[in-house]
Amino acid sequence: MSDPVSALKNAAYASGISTITELDLKGMITLRGDINSRGVQKAAVDVSGAKMPAPRHCVIDGDAGLAWMSPDELLLMCPYAQANATLAELTGKLTKVHALAVNVSDARAVFEVRGPHAREVMAKLSPVDLAPDQFKTGMFRRTRLAQVPAAFWMPEEDVFNVVCFRSVAQYVFDVLSVAAQPESEVGVF
Amino acid sequence: MSTRLATGGRLINKSNTVKFRFNGKHMRGYEGDTLASALLANDQMLVGRSFKYHRPRGIVAAGPEEPNALVNLGSEGKFEPNARVTTTELFDGLRAESQNHWPSLEFDVGAINKHLSRFLPAGFYYKMFIHPRPLWKHVYEPIIRHSAGLGRAPKARDEDTYEHFYAFCDILVVGGGVAGLEAARAAALSGARVIVLEQTAHWGGRTPVDCGEIDGSPAQTWIDATLAQLEGMENVTLRTRTMGAGVYDHCYVLGSEQLTDHDPDKGGPRHRLWRIRAGHVITATGAIERPLSFAGNDIPGVMLAAAVRDYVVNFGVSAGDRTVIVTNNDDAYLTAFALKHAGLDVPAILDARDLEQDSDVMAQARALGIRVMMGHAISSVKGGKRVTGVTVCAQAGEGAVLEEIDCDAVAMSGGWSPVVHLWSHCGGKLTWDEANACFSPDPDRPPKGADGGQFVSTAGAASGTFQLDDALNDAFAAADGTLRCLGMRLPREAKASKGSRRTEAPMAPVWLMPQGASVKLREKAWLDYQNDVKVSDVRLAAQEGFVSVEHAKRYTTLGMATDQGKLSNINGLATLANALGEAIPNVGTTTFRPPYHPISMASIGGEARDAVFQPIRRTPMHDWHEANGAEWEPVGQWRRPYVYRRGGESTHDAVSSEVKNARENMGLLDASTLGKLIVKGPDAGQFLDMLYTNMMSTLAIGKCRYGLMCNDNGFLIDDGVVARIDEDTWLCHTTTGGAESIHAHMEEWLQTEWWDWKVYVVNVTEQYVQIAVVGPNARKALEKLGGMDVSKEALGFMEWADGEIGGFKCRVYRISFSGELSYEIAVDASVGLAFWEALMAVGKDLGVRPYGTEALHVLRAEKGFIMIGDETDGTVIPQDLNLHWALSKKKEDYLGKRAHLRSHMADPNRWKLVGLETVDGAVLPDGAYAVGTGKNDNGQRNMIGRVTSSYYSPTLDKGIAMGLVHNGPDRMGEVLEFPGTDGKTYSARIVDPVFYDKEGEKQNV
Repeated sequence: MSDPVSALKNAAYASGISTITELDLKGMITLRGDINSRGVQKAAVDVSGAKMPAPRHCVIDGDAGLAWMSPDELLLMCPYAQANATLAELTGKLTKVHALAVNVSDARAVFEVRGPHAREVMAKLSPVDLAPDQFKTGMFRRTRLAQVPAAFWMPEEDVFNVVCFRSVAQYVFDVLSVAAQPESEVGVF
Repeated sequence: MSTRLATGGRLINKSNTVKFRFNGKHMRGYEGDTLASALLANDQMLVGRSFKYHRPRGIVAAGPEEPNALVNLGSEGKFEPNARVTTTELFDGLRAESQNHWPSLEFDVGAINKHLSRFLPAGFYYKMFIHPRPLWKHVYEPIIRHSAGLGRAPKARDEDTYEHFYAFCDILVVGGGVAGLEAARAAALSGARVIVLEQTAHWGGRTPVDCGEIDGSPAQTWIDATLAQLEGMENVTLRTRTMGAGVYDHCYVLGSEQLTDHDPDKGGPRHRLWRIRAGHVITATGAIERPLSFAGNDIPGVMLAAAVRDYVVNFGVSAGDRTVIVTNNDDAYLTAFALKHAGLDVPAILDARDLEQDSDVMAQARALGIRVMMGHAISSVKGGKRVTGVTVCAQAGEGAVLEEIDCDAVAMSGGWSPVVHLWSHCGGKLTWDEANACFSPDPDRPPKGADGGQFVSTAGAASGTFQLDDALNDAFAAADGTLRCLGMRLPREAKASKGSRRTEAPMAPVWLMPQGASVKLREKAWLDYQNDVKVSDVRLAAQEGFVSVEHAKRYTTLGMATDQGKLSNINGLATLANALGEAIPNVGTTTFRPPYHPISMASIGGEARDAVFQPIRRTPMHDWHEANGAEWEPVGQWRRPYVYRRGGESTHDAVSSEVKNARENMGLLDASTLGKLIVKGPDAGQFLDMLYTNMMSTLAIGKCRYGLMCNDNGFLIDDGVVARIDEDTWLCHTTTGGAESIHAHMEEWLQTEWWDWKVYVVNVTEQYVQIAVVGPNARKALEKLGGMDVSKEALGFMEWADGEIGGFKCRVYRISFSGELSYEIAVDASVGLAFWEALMAVGKDLGVRPYGTEALHVLRAEKGFIMIGDETDGTVIPQDLNLHWALSKKKEDYLGKRAHLRSHMADPNRWKLVGLETVDGAVLPDGAYAVGTGKNDNGQRNMIGRVTSSYYSPTLDKGIAMGLVHNGPDRMGEVLEFPGTDGKTYSARIVDPVFYDKEGEKQNV
C-alpha cells in the first residue's frame, strides 16, 4: 500500500501577517452516542487517554485527545497510523451501548495558523468571539470558516489548528492566506 | 468666490501641500483637507449637474448628508462613481471628475431641461411615457437613462481587496462626537467591553467648531483627555473612518471601515466590513442641519450654515467674501461669528422669526456690526453657476422684493434634525418635538429584541438634546441605562461630564420661505437636490391624491437618491403636511433602512472573489484529471471531469470513445463525489424502511440494493445503492448533490419526529475515494493487481466485500450504473490517487481509459437507468418513471406513501417515462416538448410530453432519449413531433427506455 498523502502536501504561506501551513494527516474518529452516559464516556476516555472535555472544549495533547462536537458527538484524535487500531479498540468497548464510531481521518485536512495576528486572521473568517479572554487554549469551536464548515482550537497562544473537509482544503488554504495578506492587521486583540 | 484663508484650519497641515486634479484641472490642497474643502479652496463652486434638470450645483454640506457634490473618483481598477467630496479625504494624485453633464460641466446640453422644468413635474415620466407601451423599453428609457444619471458604472475589475471582521462587545457606541465619547467613557468604567465607531478621521464631532466648554475647559481639551483615557483601557476598541451602517435584529450591527481610501498606496484591504454582535447599541450619531426652502436655494454658493463654519474653522476655507445668513434659529449666528472672526463680511442675517426680544446671539451679532433683519426672508437667490446676491422679502408675505443684497455665498439654517436612522432600523419609533420642529427618538418605544428588552439607546444630539450640557447628561444617562439593561453597574463615583450652556431663543418652524411664496418661487425652491424635487412637486403630488408619505415619496422620488433624503425628508414631509392641511406627526416619516450611508458592494462580498469566490470541492484525483485533459463539469460544489480529451479529439468524439471503450475494454470513473452515509443502530432498519420506498431492513448482510427516496410530498428526491454492513449498520449511497441534503434530511427526521429511535448517522463521503472499474476487462485488471477474490462466485452482482487489492485495503461493491461488469472500489482518500494510478497502470494492456460524467450519462441512458435531476425535477414521483417495483407493498408506511394516494398523484393522466428514438437517428434537443392536437387557453399548442435526457449513443450509432409522455407506455411505436428551438421539428418514436442489453446479462458475469 502506498503512503497516505494529505490534501495539499503540507502547503505553506508565509508572507502575510500569520503563517498558514497544512499539517500532516491526523487520526480522527467521530463518535456519536450519548456522551453523558458512563459507557460512552468511559470508552472514549480509556481509548483516547484524555479526560472528558466540557461542552465547547477539548482535551488534546499532541496527536491524541478528545473534542466536544455536539451534545451527542465527540471527536477522538490519535496518530494517523493508529486510527484503524484505535477505532477497533473503541468499537470493542462499545459493543453493549448504542453508539457509532467511524474513522474520518481521510475526510479531513488540518491547518495551522500561527503568529501574533492569528486571532485576527481567524476573526476575519469565523463568527466566533476570539478576544483573548473569550477564546482560550482548551476551548474548541465547531463553526464556519468563510463559506465552509470548520472546527478549531488553540494548542497554544497565537496558534490555531483548523480542521475542515478534505475536498475544500485548497479553498481553506487560499481563504486563510487571503485573510493573512500583508498589511491587513486589524489591531484589536 | 470661495478661497483659502490665511489663517485657521484646525484639521489641515499647511506644511504639506497635496496635488490633485478635478476635471483634468490641476489643483492644490493640504494634508487633512477633504476633497470638498480643497475644491472650495480652489474656487470650484460648481461641482456637478443635477439629476433631472442638469442645473448647476455646488457643495451644500460638509458631511455624509451632501446631496450634490458627487464625483467619479480614480480610473480603471480604482474607479469609483458617486463618491461624495465631503467624505473623501484628499490625497496626493487624486483625480476626480464631475458627473451627469455633457459635453462639459460648464457647458451642458442637458441643461435645456431646466427651461423645460415646468413640463417635467412630479410623475412626468409615469404620465408621459406610459403609451404606447413598447416605446418605453426601446425609445424612451435609453434616452432618459442617457440624460438622467449619476456616476458611470465601473468597467474594469476592481484592483482592491476587501474583508470582513467579526467583533463582539457589550456596548457598541456609534459616533465619536462628545456624546459618543462620554457614553463610551461611562460605559467603559463599568468594565464592559466597548467598541466606538467614528465615521470620520477625527474624534469629537462638531463640538470643537461650535465651541463650548466641558468640565471648565475648552471642549478640545476634554476630547483629548477622554480619548487618552479610553485608549488606555483594555476593554475599549476605538475605530475611526468606520461608519455604523446598519442595526439589525439581535443587536447585529454592520460597520464599514475605510482603510486605504485616504492613502491608496497603502497595502492591504481597501474596506473592512465589521460584523458586530453587541449586547446593546448606543447611537450617538448627532444631528443634521436642514436647508430652508426658498427660490434658488440650489445655486452654487448656497450652503448649510454649519457647513460654512466647518469649512472656515476646520479647513481655513471661506465659501465667499460676503455671506448672507438666513435662519430660523440661533445656531446659525455661530456661522456669522466664525466668518467675522475670520475677517469676512456678513452683510446681513435674515432671521425669519419675530421675537419679542433679542436673544443673546442677536445682541452679539449687532455688537459685531452685523445687520440683523428679523422677520425677513430670501425671496430668491440671484446667480446661475454661482450666487451673486439675494433679494430680500418679509417672511410673512408672498415674496415682494424689499431690497437686494450683493453677496457670493448664502448660509442657511432651518433647524436641526437628530440622525435617527440607526435607532429606526430595527423599529425604534419617533416622536415629534414641537420646540425643535424635528422628529426625535421616542424613549418609550425603543427597538426591542427577542426577549422584549430594549437594545438600542440614543445619546446626545441623536436624542434631540442640542445643548452641550444636556447632550453630555443624556450620553451619561444612556450609558447608565444601557449598563442596567445588561445587568452591569456604573462605579459609584462615576459622574457625568459637565458641559456649558448657551441661552437661546426658541427656533420657529419655517417650511417655505416666504411663507406665502408664489408658484413661480415654489418651482425654484428645492427640497431634494439630488433628485430635483421642488416644493411645487410635493404640492402637486398632494393635489393628485398621494396622501401617504410613502406614496408621495415614490411619486416625486423625494428622498430616493443616494443620500436617501438626509437633507430633504423632514422638509418634504412638512411640505406634504401643509399641502394636506395635516399636522406633521400625522403624516409621519418614510422608513429608515440600512445602510445609513452607501457602503461598497465589494465590502459586502468581503474576501469572496477570484480563487476564493466560492469553495470548489476537489477529489484526491483532481490534479490527475486536470493533467489528463479533463473538461470540468460543476456538480454541486464539486468539479467532476465531464470528459477527458486526448490529443486533438473533439469533446463529442472523446465522449464516444470513452463510452465504447467502457463497453469493449475497461473504463475508470472517479465516483468519489457520490454520498456515503453510515446509518447505525437497533432501529436503523426501521428508519431506512421509512426513508426508502422499498424495503431495506430485509437486505442481507453482504448484499446491495438500489433504493428510491421520496420526500413527504411523494416526490423523488434521491436514489442510490444501499449496502448492509452488519446486523445494525447500513451504508447508503446518495447522489453527488444529495450527500449533504440527504444527511440533513435524515437528521431532521431523527431529531424532530423519531427522536426516540436509536439511530446514528455519519457522513463519510470524503473518507473514501471510490472508483468504478467498468467493462469486460474489469475483473482481469483487479485479478492482475492481486488480492481478494473478485470472481462471480466469491463476489456476485449486487454484493460487496472487504479485502485488499494490489495492497490497498478496500471495500468492493459489485454494482453497475453502466450495464457492464463493474466494481465500485472504495479506498481511504489519502491513498486514493495511488490506487487510481495503480489501476491505470495495470489496465494499460487491457485498454483502460478513464471516462467522465458525460460518458456515464450515455452509458446509463443506453441502459434506461434514470438520473435524479434529469428524469426528476422535484415534481416527479416513482410511478411516473415506472418504478412501481420499488414501492413496497409490504410496508405499512414510508415517506411519500400517503402522498402517492392523493388524487393528482394517482391520476392515470400523469406523464410517464418512455424511450424515444428519432426516426432519422438525429439527437433530440434536450428539454424539447412533444406537441399534440389543438391549443390551450393561451393559444399555445397543447403539449403531451417532454424530453428529459437525450444523447448520441455511440454504441447504437443513433440518437437516444428518454422522456415523460402522456399515456406514454400505452403508445409504444407511436411517432411524436418535437419542435426544436432551432426551427426544425423532430420526429421520434416511443420505444422501451432500455436500449441496450435488455436482459442485463452483461453486468451479471
